Amino acid sequence: MRIVAEHLSYVYNPKSPFETAALKDVSLTIEEGEFFGIIGHTGSGKSTFVQHLNGLIRLPSSLRRYKKKKPKKGEIPPPETVLRVGEFDLTDKKTDFRALRKSVGMVFQYPEYQLFAETVRDDVAFGLKNFSAEKLSDEQIDAAVRAALEVVGLDYGEMKDKSPFDLSGGQKRRVAIAGVIVTRPEVLVLDEPAAGLDPLGKKEVMELLHKLHREWCKTVVVVSHDMDEISENCTKAAVFSEGSVRYVLPPKELFRHADELTALGLDVPLTAKLCTALAKRGVEIDCDFTTEDFIGKVLAYWAAHGGRKGDNA
Amino acid sequence: MKDVSFGQYYPVDSFVHRLDPRLKLLFLIAYIVAIFLASNFYGLAVCAGVLVFIVAFARIPIGKVLRAVKGVVFLVVFTAALNILFYNGETVYAEWGIISITKEGLIFSAFLALRLALLVVCSSLLTYTTTPVALTDGVESLLTPLKWIRFPVHALALVMSIALRFIPVLIDETERIKNAQKARGADFESGNLFKRIRAMVPILVPLLLSAFRRAEELGDAMEARCYTGSNQRTKYKKLRFGWRDLIAFLVGAALITGVVLMKIYLPAPY
Amino acid sequence: MKAIEFENVTFRYEEDSPFVIQKLNFSVEEGEFVAVLGHNGSGKSTLARLSNGLLVPDAGAVRVFGVTLSDETMFEARKNVGVVFQNPDNQTVATIVEDDVAFGAENVGLPREEIGKRIDFALRAVGMQDYRNATVARLSGGQKQRIAIAGVLALKPRVVILDESTAMLDPRGRREIVDVVTRLNKEEGITVVLITHFMEEALLADRAVVMNRGEIVMQGKPAEIFERQEELLTYNLALPRIGVICNSLRAAGMPVENTLDAEVLAEEIAKCV
Repeated sequence: MRIVAEHLSYVYNPKSPFETAALKDVSLTIEEGEFFGIIGHTGSGKSTFVQHLNGLIRLPSSLRRYKKKKPKKGEIPPPETVLRVGEFDLTDKKTDFRALRKSVGMVFQYPEYQLFAETVRDDVAFGLKNFSAEKLSDEQIDAAVRAALEVVGLDYGEMKDKSPFDLSGGQKRRVAIAGVIVTRPEVLVLDEPAAGLDPLGKKEVMELLHKLHREWCKTVVVVSHDMDEISENCTKAAVFSEGSVRYVLPPKELFRHADELTALGLDVPLTAKLCTALAKRGVEIDCDFTTEDFIGKVLAYWAAHGGRKGDNA
Repeated sequence: MKDVSFGQYYPVDSFVHRLDPRLKLLFLIAYIVAIFLASNFYGLAVCAGVLVFIVAFARIPIGKVLRAVKGVVFLVVFTAALNILFYNGETVYAEWGIISITKEGLIFSAFLALRLALLVVCSSLLTYTTTPVALTDGVESLLTPLKWIRFPVHALALVMSIALRFIPVLIDETERIKNAQKARGADFESGNLFKRIRAMVPILVPLLLSAFRRAEELGDAMEARCYTGSNQRTKYKKLRFGWRDLIAFLVGAALITGVVLMKIYLPAPY
Repeated sequence: MKAIEFENVTFRYEEDSPFVIQKLNFSVEEGEFVAVLGHNGSGKSTLARLSNGLLVPDAGAVRVFGVTLSDETMFEARKNVGVVFQNPDNQTVATIVEDDVAFGAENVGLPREEIGKRIDFALRAVGMQDYRNATVARLSGGQKQRIAIAGVLALKPRVVILDESTAMLDPRGRREIVDVVTRLNKEEGITVVLITHFMEEALLADRAVVMNRGEIVMQGKPAEIFERQEELLTYNLALPRIGVICNSLRAAGMPVENTLDAEVLAEEIAKCV
């Protein structure tokens, strides 16, 4: 499913002292199959944007609010807002938002805090039951839950009857993710999936997302402010700042704008920092900003410029 | 970040905003007494006049003030309607069995509706112009005499202020959990009452767990900062009574006197 | 002088649960900046709660500036040892910044004028003096944690312990906190114990301590600790990305020094070519 947003705006608390424009004329396309990163500070609009994607923020009602103001004569009417996720037109009131939510899975920050059922099986099955039109048999549920738990790396037999509250932090997060992907959404959106984890935990979560991207969900959208995470994993990334989209580029090109990103108060990945520091010293390394490629390019440069004695490169 | 207009506090700097919260609380009580003492439109007119005056000095937009009334419009209309239909008056305009519309009924209903509206507007002015913290401080200070009968005034005030501090956090959290469960297809809007209550479980369980977790951490953090609940505590912010408060006090006193005088010298009902 | 001293401390949360900390001997000198590293469940957080008497050891003794912690000495010890916790949302009692910073100072019964001065000092020390009348709920995570530090500083403690106070923050917030505590240590002479699972935060410490299963398993200068990569991995600690790069380059035979500083590594690489 392709995600297209054009001229999307959103205001919180309109006409009050707390009025804040969360999104200002955002246009952004996410192609099917992408591992897409969304970067920005807290309050940059990135969370507001992703909440539109499965209708948690309903566009029709907010659109109506803007449309009240009829343009005066001679004024150019504001451009038409477009928001489409695959076949779903999110600007249309009549859109089947339930069907949309089934196709767009959403994992919130600290998803383990949304666990509630008595057993892991029941918790994972929650979404499955909610979204199916007819009543599922126990066998159908068991099969789907088993598949979801296994893909997130948990043993079904061992886990299914446990209380989700007795698990370790990392396990809880996996169960929570299983509870979202159990309906096999085509698009999976995750808000800071690695937040609060230790470095090893972060690494495991990112590996899990790649596995899901390969085997389970066609498109993965990750909201993150960890630039290393973005540069290592994403095929493309959008940078949000103060409600607007500043860049939509593959990391390879995005992090060439290291200075501009720093000016926006954003970090750059370590590899980009190293490249900048090296360039200052006359060493030009042209890499795609993944750790692996950086190491390879540095070693190649080293080999080409003398390298180790006896090296024939 | 999001819809956190909780507590209704309207952040501008005005004469009324700067008043001592204790005085505002007492003024509200006095005002309510005045409204109920007023037995005719003259009395209410005085009350309304004072209110217009306060609104002007509080720099709260009229729309905001009226919105407070909007919340209770149903209640006002309902009471008014009951009174119009069931009040036993003499000048009858229409009659169906025990139900009748009379001139006195209409007047009395209008009187009641006005009373209710004034009450709501004045109370909401208090919350518009006073931060929750100031309000808690005011309540604590006004309840101080209760310390003599060993009533834990300080603990009560602390509980109130912590509750106020955490309400926005928990509202946010509820919103987040609700969204997360909605994203998993939960439906909170359809079905019968029983079904809807059951649908709340996926929100309530995580919310309760989170509240407990927060309470535990907060308790640790408070203890780590030497909180023992003893009476040795001092207070950084002392409420002070200033010239503004004196003026407001005089206005309040004049209001009550005015209404009482009206009651005595203009005894005409309505 | 020893600011904090653990002597043969043993602790478990419940009667029949496993020991979280076993016969631990550990001390922090006054003025020192110590980083405590360990994966989740290594016992490093329990350490913080034992240091100010929020938890009481089952055996052994905890001493704060030479005084053994007991019910009688606890209150004084808490004035000396401030602890900042993990969740930025769960540590503030008041809605407005200055009211919250005042809380600790009010608890120990300071006079009004002194509390005012303490608030000035504490907010300045964390660089939040412009937010005195701000609403806590509207601050960023990093700012909230700085307010939590200020709330502890208002008691003028000689030791500040940060119990995973950076875990829930974004990279910018984490940097803010590390900057603040480094400054507190260097400029105010406050002893700092930084408990974290991010190695790069331990870089500026005088000493790094690695915990695993309630025991101290490694200890030394941060740079020395980070060289022992294999050993760190056995304790479930992952080297930060820059360490991985260093090690890969060295493994390929490039003569670069081990470092966790990007500028230094760039210099090292430039030297080789």
